[in-house]
Amino acid sequence: MSVVLDVKDLVVDFKTRAGNARVLNQVSLDLREGEILGIVGESGCGKSMTALSIMGLIPNPPGRITSGSISLDGQELTSMPAAKLRAIRGNRISMIFQEPMTSLNPVFRIGDQISESVLLHQNVSKKEAWKRAVEMLELVGIPEPAVRARSYPHELSGGMRQRVMIGLALACKPKVLIADEPTTALDVTVQAQIFDLLKNLQEETGTAIILITHDMGAVAELADRVSVMYAGHVIETGSTRQILDDPRHPYTRGLISCVPHLEDNPGDERPYLEEIEGVVPPLTELGTGCAFAPRCKHVMDRCLTTNPVIGRVSQQHSVACHLLKEKELA
Amino acid sequence: MTVTSDQNLHISSQSPLKEVARAFRQSWAGMLGLVLLFLVCVFCLAGPFIYMVDPFEVIWAPLTPPGEVANVPLGTDYLGRDILAGLIHGGASTLFVGLVAGVLTMTIGILVGSIAGYYGGMVDEALMRLTEFFQVLPALLFAMVLVTLFTPSIYVVSIAIGIVSWPATARLTRAEFLRIRNLEYVNAARSIGARNNRIIWRVILPNALAPLIVSATLTVGIAILFEAGLSFLGLGDPNVFSWGMMIGAGREYILDGWWTISFPGLMIFLTVLGFSLIGDGLNDAFNPKLRER
Repeated sequence: MSVVLDVKDLVVDFKTRAGNARVLNQVSLDLREGEILGIVGESGCGKSMTALSIMGLIPNPPGRITSGSISLDGQELTSMPAAKLRAIRGNRISMIFQEPMTSLNPVFRIGDQISESVLLHQNVSKKEAWKRAVEMLELVGIPEPAVRARSYPHELSGGMRQRVMIGLALACKPKVLIADEPTTALDVTVQAQIFDLLKNLQEETGTAIILITHDMGAVAELADRVSVMYAGHVIETGSTRQILDDPRHPYTRGLISCVPHLEDNPGDERPYLEEIEGVVPPLTELGTGCAFAPRCKHVMDRCLTTNPVIGRVSQQHSVACHLLKEKELA
Repeated sequence: MTVTSDQNLHISSQSPLKEVARAFRQSWAGMLGLVLLFLVCVFCLAGPFIYMVDPFEVIWAPLTPPGEVANVPLGTDYLGRDILAGLIHGGASTLFVGLVAGVLTMTIGILVGSIAGYYGGMVDEALMRLTEFFQVLPALLFAMVLVTLFTPSIYVVSIAIGIVSWPATARLTRAEFLRIRNLEYVNAARSIGARNNRIIWRVILPNALAPLIVSATLTVGIAILFEAGLSFLGLGDPNVFSWGMMIGAGREYILDGWWTISFPGLMIFLTVLGFSLIGDGLNDAFNPKLRER
């Protein structure tokens, strides 16, 4: 399968009062046609920043893409002039945000908002754009779409609004859809519906999806491949099976064991949730060593001085950890 | 994949503006203001056709008290001109100045405030320093200078009032823009490829309108007071009757003829009160949470 979106060695810096924060450091990702790529990691590890840099929406100042490349179908996005980039946003790449409650404009009808996106990118009449909006609402499973298109956002529930957002994002049939924690703000039953919807739409339209989430369960169910991020680095990438069954990085292992299991401890002495000790270090204070070293159970001398480079476990599976080399030697 | 329960269906949609209109109709302050303003407008617009007396014409003895002679119900001023005719004709120009100055104030204020608030950084710095420059000038003095530099017609007076009163609107607009520009739907608009102009006028401004509409009604009231002040000081248009001018003309006869200034004063009071009450009603309608107190 061909690569639709290719992010290579992306470095993004933010100037803050506390100094320069390298929010993304040598991030490399590739998204293939028609697949779902999960990006997981805890808060502040750079997931959303990756999404915003791909969209070209990094607030500048203070943020800046320092180096690296993002290419969509072979077209370089980082050096593209603003006007051309605007023509791509919403048309060939679009994004769903975390908060469905606030990501729709409260003063316009939802049909207007979807048609607006169509009107911005396609040479169609208002009437046709409205028709397209109604079709999109139908596609995302909103009952009575022709009536609902005239609703205002405050008249819809959170789950319905997220459906509208998905319809809005897909209105121009983009090649790439970035879903930034699309279900974080929704309750559990609705989460499952939204994930189902994404999966179905992906199969129907062939749009490649980057799914950013904390939810390992969602990743297991939806994603074809997974990238794990920590403190601005991609530390492990592989197929979903490889990551879940054979995680190599201690952080990935930690993340997976943090997921509580219902069948655990019937009477057995493990009432506590697993956790990874410590927090993500401030990005302004990253030294030369591995960013995870202070929290790692397997920390070695080497980890404190040199940052591990990405190494291959197998053709699909790569990891940035000194343990990998260690094993090869053994 | 059916999601919504059936009770959710067949709801007619309600636009936010319609809801505000409904809430406004329930506010007694707003409705009272609207009635007051309506009466003032009828008085000024229909008056000339019913009470056909030229306000400039001397019709009776100077300083005739109200009620003394049947055909001059509100008495005469120091020249013997009919007060009631003056009130009727003065109202139109007072309202005209108020509206033009109000529109001008809002236009400049919203333009400056939204650009400053949206772009931030150096643009914001520059525009806000400019705003502060206008804000620290004593408004009445500055307006007087402007009016004396040019001929004192009601257009010049309106423009002068507009030029001295936009800073407050600019600051209010900027504050709203600073709040809204970081909301997710602005980012969402950017993510579908909307350009800056579109985001400013079509995405952020409609959401910032609530406090601006309230402030616009109050601005008109303040502009009317301002016009009265200028006319009182003799800087109004001498060829046009206005309430402020009537007070100014009568100020030396306060002790001999209270009616020469009381009636125009009362008209100004009622009109400004009308605008303030409407502003109050709108404020309540836009902020349903405040209404519960």
